[in-house]
Amino acid sequence: MSISTFFYTLGQGIKNLVRNKLFSLATIATISACVFLFGLFYAIVLNFQNIVKQAQAGVAVTVFFEEGTSDERIAEIGEEIKLRGEVSKVVFVSAEEAWESFKNENLGDYVDSFGDDNPLEDDANYEIYLNDVSMQNNLVDYVEKLDGVRKVHKSEVVASMLTSVNSLVGYVSMGIILILLAVSIFLISNTVALGITVRREEIAIMKLIGATDFVVRAPFVFEGLILGLVGSVLPLVAIYFIYDNIVTYLSERFALINSLLKFLTIDEIFGTLAPIALAMGVGIGFLGSFTTARKHLRV
Amino acid sequence: MIILEDVSKSYSKGAPALSKVSLHIEKGEFVFIVGDSGSGKSTLIKLLLRELYPTDGRIIVNNTDVTKLKHSRIPKYRRGIGTVFQDFRLLKDRNVYENVAFAQRVISVPSSKIRKNVPSVLSMVGLAEKYKSRPKELSGGEQQRVALARAIVNNPPILLADEPTGNLDPKNSWEIMRLLEQINYNGTTVLVVTHSREIVNTMKKRVITMKKGVIVSDQKKGGYIDEY
Repeated sequence: MSISTFFYTLGQGIKNLVRNKLFSLATIATISACVFLFGLFYAIVLNFQNIVKQAQAGVAVTVFFEEGTSDERIAEIGEEIKLRGEVSKVVFVSAEEAWESFKNENLGDYVDSFGDDNPLEDDANYEIYLNDVSMQNNLVDYVEKLDGVRKVHKSEVVASMLTSVNSLVGYVSMGIILILLAVSIFLISNTVALGITVRREEIAIMKLIGATDFVVRAPFVFEGLILGLVGSVLPLVAIYFIYDNIVTYLSERFALINSLLKFLTIDEIFGTLAPIALAMGVGIGFLGSFTTARKHLRV
Repeated sequence: MIILEDVSKSYSKGAPALSKVSLHIEKGEFVFIVGDSGSGKSTLIKLLLRELYPTDGRIIVNNTDVTKLKHSRIPKYRRGIGTVFQDFRLLKDRNVYENVAFAQRVISVPSSKIRKNVPSVLSMVGLAEKYKSRPKELSGGEQQRVALARAIVNNPPILLADEPTGNLDPKNSWEIMRLLEQINYNGTTVLVVTHSREIVNTMKKRVITMKKGVIVSDQKKGGYIDEY
């Protein structure tokens, strides 16, 4: 396509938009709603993942050793565990450190009655921190089979709860977004089909003159792309300005939330949200217009 | 230039629109196609434009076997045929210049060439002064001249005119026929479908008469035949 044809077809696409103002506005509104909700859920999911990540940092699997296991074997076990993909950090806690920690947390004034004895002398352990709590059971199965391992403690309730809530948020948002995607594509398709009906005479002349399928369809595809682009930029701008206000409101209104959680900043979210949302809007525009133009404009 | 060999076209209902039509038109000829409504004239034009596909037979235009033409090659094939219709088919929202330039824009002719070609072809049809006018500001004859300019601006070797004077008064009809004659004089093969007895009888060109889907007469310098 030559440069003049490119600008000509682009111009025709813009004319189509103006000609079908109401349909164009309705389509932009639907795509905007779709992208806005996507952005909203995306921000929630990202924040939730951040919360899970913060929680995961505190969830550890504890590995105890069989009596008489040598220091070399304990070191080997540590190395084998570190090689696992789901493991983020392995911390060795000696029997002395375990006893010190227990004393400080639980015994208070009664500590003197134990003298120099260490009741936890067989409780040296590894604290294993995970990248992904959902992989905890796999790790536990693996560690339990290692030579020299006596017992493995895991925090199943926290892990499974965080994982399932995260999945639930993901599935619900995915469902809503898919429905809105379908509605958006349907509306773009209708807008383009209306444009084709309005320009039927012109299209017939183009075909007789010898315009290629590509040139005949291009204005309608441009129309869809512009609708998709505008429909994704508007909600992104809205989210950019609304997000900080919501976070500030939640933090001020619910002090408890603020003490427990740290929300992501809008810049952290926009780094991935903006390109995904733009691709989504333009993708919806392209898909809806291209398929409709292809269906209605066979030369 | 145009060869039809035993071409038939049937629609799903009724008698065939064309039945074993054979025809040979040389390069540079001027040919009238006449016949009553339903005689197969429009079907013939549509087959030549590859808007329809023949049920049987072979059509060769500009050395291209139209019956074997791939879908993707149709646009390029149609660039070799200019078309003019009874109802002008101009774009009402564009002026004369844009209507003619449109024919070049949609086949990706560079803007510099469009700026050169359009005024030249508008001069030829006598509308250089009215390049800014919209179709509704023009008479029927002027609108048909714009349609002619659009049909020839890409220099097609063949021009098909389907009832080009059907909506015009005698004076404008003759102006259009003189233009078609001039275009033919410049080397373009011209096929004119018409009902105008006066035009056919006056111009003394080749006349192909059709009736019920078959060619009933083909005269070299013929006239309008009423009864067959």
